[in-house]
Amino acid sequence: MTDENTNQGIPEPEGEAALIDTDYEIGQDNIDGSVGPFGFDIHNPVFLISGLCVFFFVFYALALPEQAGSVFSWLFSFVTKGFDWFFIGAANIFVLFCFLLIVTPYGRVRLGGADATPDYSYLGWFAMLFAAGMGIGLMFYGVAEPMSHFSSSLGGTTVGEDGIRTDWAPLGGAAGDQAEAVRLGMAATIFHWGLHPWAIYAVVALSLALFSYNKGLPLTIRSAFYPILGERVWGWWGHCIDILAVFATLFGLATSLGFGAIQANAGLNELFGIPIGSTTEVVLISAITAVALISVLRGLDGGVKVLSEINMGLAFALLLFVLLVGPTLFLLTGFFDYLLAYVQYLPALANPIGREDVNFSQGWTSFYWAWWISWSPFVGMFIARVSRGRTVREFVTCVLLIPSLVCVLWMSVFGGAALNQVIADGYTAAQDADLEIKLFKMLAELPLASITSFIGIVLVIVFFVTSSDSGSLVIDTITAGGKVDAPVPQRVFWCVFEGAVAIVLLLSAGGLQSLQSMVISTGLPFTVVLLAMCWAIWRGLSTEAR
Amino acid sequence: MFATIMIPVDLAHQDHLGKALQCGADLARQYGSRVIYVSVATAAPSSVAHNPAEFDAKLQGFAASQAETHGITAEALAVFSHDPVTDLDPTLLKAIKDTGADLVVMASHLPRLTDYIWPSNGGTIASHSGASVFVVRG
Repeated sequence: MTDENTNQGIPEPEGEAALIDTDYEIGQDNIDGSVGPFGFDIHNPVFLISGLCVFFFVFYALALPEQAGSVFSWLFSFVTKGFDWFFIGAANIFVLFCFLLIVTPYGRVRLGGADATPDYSYLGWFAMLFAAGMGIGLMFYGVAEPMSHFSSSLGGTTVGEDGIRTDWAPLGGAAGDQAEAVRLGMAATIFHWGLHPWAIYAVVALSLALFSYNKGLPLTIRSAFYPILGERVWGWWGHCIDILAVFATLFGLATSLGFGAIQANAGLNELFGIPIGSTTEVVLISAITAVALISVLRGLDGGVKVLSEINMGLAFALLLFVLLVGPTLFLLTGFFDYLLAYVQYLPALANPIGREDVNFSQGWTSFYWAWWISWSPFVGMFIARVSRGRTVREFVTCVLLIPSLVCVLWMSVFGGAALNQVIADGYTAAQDADLEIKLFKMLAELPLASITSFIGIVLVIVFFVTSSDSGSLVIDTITAGGKVDAPVPQRVFWCVFEGAVAIVLLLSAGGLQSLQSMVISTGLPFTVVLLAMCWAIWRGLSTEAR
Repeated sequence: MFATIMIPVDLAHQDHLGKALQCGADLARQYGSRVIYVSVATAAPSSVAHNPAEFDAKLQGFAASQAETHGITAEALAVFSHDPVTDLDPTLLKAIKDTGADLVVMASHLPRLTDYIWPSNGGTIASHSGASVFVVRG
């Protein structure tokens, strides 16, 4: 360790913390200058290679759509089917690891040093991590997923000539038993949106926060690998990790922007009769990007935080509305019943080996785990950025348990309301509708449908804005070598680039699906990365003051 | 004429501050003012410091060396922001109030096209602060 006034070593942070002794200076590999009037400060070579990779893949998907489609489909199938046991097993490890952190003395370690104070209030913090984490997914799947699992469970199991099950029911299904099909369907849904995804985010976020705020390393994905790679983390090993993270984040956001535009378009069509088509979707993506741009320019506090809090308020209002005007008692008792069903079915659903429900475990669970993991660099890094000052126990509890419970509540209310319409009223519009329109079909059966549907569309759009702006901040930080104060035009570049990629892929045949497959495929190497992160966290915490 | 002069500084780009630092020091000697060097940073590790404590120590060291070089009374104030790039102007405006500064001497770049989209920090501070603002072209 060197003298703290020489700008080369790492002196004490706020209070006690175990620091990593490295001569690496943040930004030492950066190139700064200006292109015309626009300043830049970018990491060499992460920025350039990430940008070129994006161009290459978009070009490939556009120039050879059929070949790209088949290559990515094969890759997607190879990853989710061949490694389902690996994804499911690894996700279990992440959950257990998080619980271990809560109960061990390591939970007392404070992110940012022993005397650090939290940067954000609970409300602002929670709103941001939730909005970035899965807000949009809840809008898309809140009705769709419980309904799908309910229908497949009720249908029971079917076995093909090769002896492999052809149905999509979770576990053994619940043929003909409507009540049990509801419980199993909800348990399976909660399984995909509860502890496991949030444990994935918590691991990535904790490792980044720990190695940045307590160890003094730059806020990039590679920093978490210092205990494993040592000084090599500043070389090509680290470059590859960061490039992979940028790649997954940008395409994850671009594909989600595309699918979000499709859902918002479907909602607008349902509500106002606005035609469904690429023109409307392009306008929507442009509008979402424009709002995201304003948010990015207003910064973390003035943009992302404000939008996240507005969205949480709107989402809560919608939740309360459905709860109160829907079958309130059914939904409230359902919450506890589904929670119980989740606990009851959890061991079987989380079992990584010898699964007979291959379609469910590979097509749903494995897909979800790969999806969450491929999003984890983005969400994890964003959560890390806003979590300084929390203790590890507080951090893991809030990132793991509270969002999981909110997800259970959300799924119970939205899924429960739709299921009740089928079971009690015989109204099957939501059940029969396409995935992106199920939410609006459910709302259509409740009073004030036009208002609630409109709020639903606003929520879908604003959740995308919060994902887009926080994603731009994350990509900018990674491609600036961990600098969070790089020139603003860089953020603008990434925000616009995301929107442009989404539009281009949306206009090409099968472009979005191909790239989504590609993003999912990045989940496989990242699972290994996350397992290594668990070890790095444990090792990093062992030297911290408790 | 001026009791407190505030000089915003970016420790990562000290080479651009020369004129503003000299002007501030000259005015402080002229009017017997105290000088406060204010710097806005992030709590995350940066090219200047790895954490807030280190940043604060460096800024204090910077103020002490300026005081010695120019023969003035100088203090330092490190302000930490979640997003210093976008929050710089409001943070500096708050610092002017907190320190009671009646003159701000700050370095600024030459006007350029992007100033129409992102106004310069010096221009924004001059527009919104009650204190006198001396914008020094780098």
